[in-house]
Amino acid sequence: MSTDLTSAMGEFKVHRVRFFDYMPSGIRALAFNRDTERIAVARVDGSVEIFHSSDRCFQEKIIPGREQCGIEGLSWVGDRLFSAGLNGGITEYDLTNQKVKYTTDAYGGPIWAITGNQQGTHLAVGCEDGTVKLFEVIEDTIQFERNLDRQKSRIISLSWHPSGSKIAAGMMDMIQIFNVETGHSIHRMLADRGVGTSRSKECVVWSVVYLTDGTIISGDSVGMVKLWDDQTGTLIKSHNVTKCDVLALSVSQDEDSLVAGTSEGTVVQFQFVSMVLGKDDKEWVRTRTFKNHTHDIRAVAEITTAVVSGGMDAQLVVRPLLDKIEVRSVASALRKIHFPHRRLVTCAKKSGLMLFQYTGHLELWRLGETEGKGVPGSSLTVKRNPEKLLHLKVKGEDHIRCSAVSPCGEWIVYSTASSLRLYRLHCDNNNVSITKISKLPKVLSSANQLCFSSDSSHLFSASTQSVHLVSLSQSGCKFVATLKPKSGSHQAIHLLAVSEDGKWLASANNDHEVHVYNLQTRKAHCTVPVYSSAVTAMGIHPTTNCLFMMHADQQMFEYSIEHKQYTDWSRMVQRKGLHHLWVERDTPCLNVMFNPQNPSHVILHDTYMFCIIDQTLPLPDNKTQFYNQLTLKSLPEEQRKAHSHAFKVCKTFKDILCVEMMSDQSLVVVERPLEDVATQLPAPIKQKKFAT
Amino acid sequence: MVEKSDIRVVRCGGSKINLRPSIFSVDSRFVLCASGDSVKVYSTRTEEWLHSLQGHTNQVTGIALNPTNHLQVYSCSADGTVKLWDFIDGILIKTFVIGYPLFAICLSEKHEGIVFLHLSMATGSKNETFQLVAVHLPKSAEQEVEAKELSAVCSNISSNPSCTAFGRGVVLGEHYVIPAQVVMDAFVAFLHSHCPYCRTFTSCFGKVITQHDFSTFLVVGEFIAFARHLQLNVYFFRKQKTYSFSLKATDKKGAKNAFTCVACHPTDDCIATGHEDGKIRLWRNFDQKKEYTYSTQHWHHNAVNTLCFTPEGTHLLSGGIESVLVQWKYGAGNKKEFLPRLGGAILHISASSDGQLFCTSHSDNKLTVIESSFKVCGAIQGLVKGDDVLTDLMIDPRSKALVLNGKPGHLQFYSLLRDKHLYDLDIVQQEYIYEAGLDQFEVVKAAFDIKGSWLATVEERGQKSSDLEFFLKLWAFDEKTQSFVLNTTITAAHTDRIISMCFSSSEETTMLVTTAEDGQFKAWCQGADADTQQDQNFWSCDFVGSYHNLKPTNCSFSADSSLLAVSFQEVITIWSPETWEMLTTLCQPPGEIRDLCFGRLSCSKYLLGTTTRNLLCCWNLLTCALEWSTSVEVSKLQPDPLSENVAAFSYQSKHTDLFVFKPSEPRPLFTQKNVCSEKVHRAVFVPREEPLNNCDESSQWLNRSQLYFLTQNMLVIDDSVSVTPFYLLLGKHRQQQQKLNSTPSYSGADKPQHTQGSATIKELLHTPAHVLPAASVLCSMFVNSLLISNTGVREEMESSEQEMDSEKEEGDSEEEMEACDSQQELRAQGSVDEVMPKLSKAQEKELKRVRKTDFSWMAGLIDSKP
Repeated sequence: MSTDLTSAMGEFKVHRVRFFDYMPSGIRALAFNRDTERIAVARVDGSVEIFHSSDRCFQEKIIPGREQCGIEGLSWVGDRLFSAGLNGGITEYDLTNQKVKYTTDAYGGPIWAITGNQQGTHLAVGCEDGTVKLFEVIEDTIQFERNLDRQKSRIISLSWHPSGSKIAAGMMDMIQIFNVETGHSIHRMLADRGVGTSRSKECVVWSVVYLTDGTIISGDSVGMVKLWDDQTGTLIKSHNVTKCDVLALSVSQDEDSLVAGTSEGTVVQFQFVSMVLGKDDKEWVRTRTFKNHTHDIRAVAEITTAVVSGGMDAQLVVRPLLDKIEVRSVASALRKIHFPHRRLVTCAKKSGLMLFQYTGHLELWRLGETEGKGVPGSSLTVKRNPEKLLHLKVKGEDHIRCSAVSPCGEWIVYSTASSLRLYRLHCDNNNVSITKISKLPKVLSSANQLCFSSDSSHLFSASTQSVHLVSLSQSGCKFVATLKPKSGSHQAIHLLAVSEDGKWLASANNDHEVHVYNLQTRKAHCTVPVYSSAVTAMGIHPTTNCLFMMHADQQMFEYSIEHKQYTDWSRMVQRKGLHHLWVERDTPCLNVMFNPQNPSHVILHDTYMFCIIDQTLPLPDNKTQFYNQLTLKSLPEEQRKAHSHAFKVCKTFKDILCVEMMSDQSLVVVERPLEDVATQLPAPIKQKKFAT
Repeated sequence: MVEKSDIRVVRCGGSKINLRPSIFSVDSRFVLCASGDSVKVYSTRTEEWLHSLQGHTNQVTGIALNPTNHLQVYSCSADGTVKLWDFIDGILIKTFVIGYPLFAICLSEKHEGIVFLHLSMATGSKNETFQLVAVHLPKSAEQEVEAKELSAVCSNISSNPSCTAFGRGVVLGEHYVIPAQVVMDAFVAFLHSHCPYCRTFTSCFGKVITQHDFSTFLVVGEFIAFARHLQLNVYFFRKQKTYSFSLKATDKKGAKNAFTCVACHPTDDCIATGHEDGKIRLWRNFDQKKEYTYSTQHWHHNAVNTLCFTPEGTHLLSGGIESVLVQWKYGAGNKKEFLPRLGGAILHISASSDGQLFCTSHSDNKLTVIESSFKVCGAIQGLVKGDDVLTDLMIDPRSKALVLNGKPGHLQFYSLLRDKHLYDLDIVQQEYIYEAGLDQFEVVKAAFDIKGSWLATVEERGQKSSDLEFFLKLWAFDEKTQSFVLNTTITAAHTDRIISMCFSSSEETTMLVTTAEDGQFKAWCQGADADTQQDQNFWSCDFVGSYHNLKPTNCSFSADSSLLAVSFQEVITIWSPETWEMLTTLCQPPGEIRDLCFGRLSCSKYLLGTTTRNLLCCWNLLTCALEWSTSVEVSKLQPDPLSENVAAFSYQSKHTDLFVFKPSEPRPLFTQKNVCSEKVHRAVFVPREEPLNNCDESSQWLNRSQLYFLTQNMLVIDDSVSVTPFYLLLGKHRQQQQKLNSTPSYSGADKPQHTQGSATIKELLHTPAHVLPAASVLCSMFVNSLLISNTGVREEMESSEQEMDSEKEEGDSEEEMEACDSQQELRAQGSVDEVMPKLSKAQEKELKRVRKTDFSWMAGLIDSKP
């Protein structure tokens, strides 16, 4: 844990922060909704995330989890999302408001599997007590219908026949096929315990897939992918995929491709190909193997053009299937998503404090200090080490949804799904104390996004559709107003931006709408034209009051609030187009900052770089060298001007969680090296490597 | 006229049997493989060499069973001909002259009369491209037919024949053949009709054969897959469409993706490809540009040399440098079986038609026959030849076998008479690791003592790097086990590399002398050393000698072991081994001494030496003066141990000349110009079992022993040919050729007749019965041989009929075999300088033509008799 103060790019003093021990949580389940193109991801800590698969896999929604809430399965029914877990309950999510809608107990002990039928009428859950329970999906809730024949061992995996008349259930050592109407078992297929392993070790059927033609495909703990015939209940073929477990299976929509995730971290693809070209006798043939994970793959999903996999190494990998892609483009590149597309760090710009948001607690740190100046690129000696001021644990079982620290450093606020807490921080030299502000206004019961005004006098709390404005003072806080757009969707707000002069507030929601409010009149001012891609970051320029927006497809817009129109610069960008290297970056920009000393500079960052856009310089076209920092350095001073363009990219820092500009013109760069994350993961399955 | 016999050079064996995949006969009783310019037939059960199919004049580059007659085999050769043989009886049935050097052959079952051949598109140029050509073999009763109807199937294929494979229907050479779906009669008719779109080619036509619309009619199999570098092309005959799939040269993980071999599944549309980094890919759905798919298997750590599907298609066999045969279960992912420790790197794999036997060809010139249960059931070993023969050629005095470097770290014993590998003697006794770039122990020197009871070897490692390691080992012959047993290992015999070594030639005491780069020579004696136990006779150093710190180069004992000559650069020192006293020095600058030997028998008072400045000197040791010297560049000096004769090979202007002389007289007994076109570094005199008594002056030197020498590519014997009756029986047409080659005054012809009876019986008795042809065949052939040949008449007849192109295309650079068995008749001459009388051009031409004439019609006659 140290702060290196580096003078980067010759212009800024940079605090390089590496003591945010953020640890992403392992992925437990995946569900893909073809109609809405959304991927739902359940993590081990109980949180559920929604990714938009056609919008560069942007993480649209995060529903924070709770303590002791292990999710075992996710299932879409229509556009409703259900999960079930070992606590025995079935949970439906309110995706608009990004919270849990309700939880129903299935009364069958821990639930291992949940799956909805294609018709969208029923949910089936597999319970510890050996029952498959059918729930009818009705409007707003679900209702228990009946149990299928009870089995002796727990139900590990479930799959509906696409017609909805049969269910295959994977159990210990066997697979059962149930007739849904009668509830009786039709076939019982025994899975081998494997040759090499001991006979006493049970074979767990981790995953089953029921195909339209009656083939049942199972993946088990012996490492086999087996194909069964449901008419005769016999094994057709078995493929030995791994020495360890096959944990997850997923079939493509047209049932010609199947992927299996193993505990070795490999995804094995099977394809339904004709053995003799031009003839119809097709067979499942093992084809490709993808190795992008280091740990167990707990969930795979074959989406239209890609294979999505997630596992204990907490990364979501979207691996494109090139044969399904019409045109190769940036959108069809291999993606690895390590960090949330949200900011987990807020900085008190004026007092040099940082607030780190963990799932169950907050940490407040004071930045280190340094003296003197250095050569650009050199590290400076640290005069005072960074210091952890506060460790704030969350009351209750809910995890933190959002948090903020005020620019002056006096106020800390966080919100869970159920409550919002505001603290006042007293800091005299070495004594740090906080007091909780009791008696919050009623509107501050929970927030989707929190933000302080730049003079720390107001708190903005975004609820589902509206923003509540609360004034803060020594005595406490007082509700001032609720800002509401004139019209618009009901989606929750996920981003807030406030202007430096305290006059404007901008909010962005999941329907890509950006509303601007006038804080003096406390009325909606205007709505920015809706763009097709989600807003990932935005900021209001301190002097010109222009709203600068970054989108998931890496496009950028600058909107003049006063004139209610795009600025000339923004129009020029759209007209000329961005450099292909810029558009091809695969992580969204997470913050927009401005340099008060140089009003034409916009500072952006994503996971791999931070970038200064100089609006006075010409835009690069596709022929110019995009990463030209080194070239410029080698050129003599007078030629630099001619060769430079608007984008100055700094790749010195990697795995960036946050970049923030402090009021003393220094930059804070919070890094979380992936190697550090990897060292904190449990040891992967040991594999023999050649020549070791 | 004086009785004379001719001396000629005969290629005697040792050629590669691993160049192309071997093939099984349909009943799996025989394995056929291309070996040099002949096809060798082996028995699968006994691994015995049955006979050779001889007749090609250049390297045989491919063999394939005749699909319509399983007792016949087609062979193609770099000499531009395709020959059809009866391989059971070893009879040439037909010759088809194509006119271009051929590189591989493949056949289809249903389509009689069509062969697919690989030939070079532009010969001579450096980056040759090859193309696959379909040739219609004309039906005619003649022995030798020109097949000129060539049609290109696909061009730009890889030079490696294993990179081309037919899918479902026609399969390359060794593979099982499955009926193609559409009959090709239309195509045949098309070719005959000489349609304007289709060109027929004649031998005078240009080198480049254009690809044309021929494939419309050619529906053999479904597709042909050919890979080159990083691209796999699949050509569909029916659609006439090529799909190409290319791989990236390297990916992030440093994979080398270049294709090394291709195989097609016999029934499914699945192509297996091997890659340089050891991966095997199985391609499917390759009739689509985009939705093709492949699965990857990886076991080999180095390039996959060969792939082969079993005839049923249930398994895929692969092999590479690891010398492990891997059997992959088709369709079951990475389920595989291994057969390790097969010897050398696997170059080819072939399967018998019933799938019960596999045959692997190895880089150490070996064929291994393997049962389908993965049990080795036989090995056929040819002469092992590594990169270089570091040890000299030696003759084991006991077994009379040729001894030289064999497998890495081994000495091989090789029977010259039977062209058969006898056994390997493990010298290094360490496991050899098949990995490129590893510096491993290698036998660099070996020597036998005169009785064959001691063998000295030197093994060495680290020649390239600075840390040299070497051992001197002495092996005693054990009468009980009939093999050599390690007696003494001397770890630090010298401080630097051993350059040469020799045993003393006396019968009583054996002594070994080694010279090394550290400037010393050492004498080693077997004897009771004070330190060691008495009863075990270990070897120890007896004397260390040096001369002015000069580097010793050679050492040699005189015939009676009373003198030892050690050359130190330009100086030869003579020592007495009795007292270790330096007797005298001989010096004949300029030039360092390269070779050194004493004369034998009556010439034992002479010492011969060659220098780097092309001087051959002879000293008289009685006078200690130079007797004579001559300026000739001698690359190898080889004394005959049984006579006074010394053979010298001299390399000048791209050919090697041979001189045989006696040290006592500077006039050569025998000279032969242009023995071969390569430099000869290794040669050996092999004593004959029974001395001949040739009176001819020029061939007398061969009475007691034969001279063998090793060229770059094969073992060659220099010998006056004596034709045994048995040989005469089996190789009918061969014998007649030889007769024609010999001059009319060949009076030695009656000589073999003396031994006729006994030799025949001996041969018959000593040849295993199962190897012999049927008795009926033998009888008829024997009777036939007694008939008066009518070749003379035939000669005249044919001379009027046939016009042979005298200019034979010499083999292309890639192929290794040079026509070394050119039977040159060279009369011994009195002097080197004298011009040899040559046959007139016309005579020579006629001879050549006659030699080419095919006499297999006789075989036909014989066959028809019973």
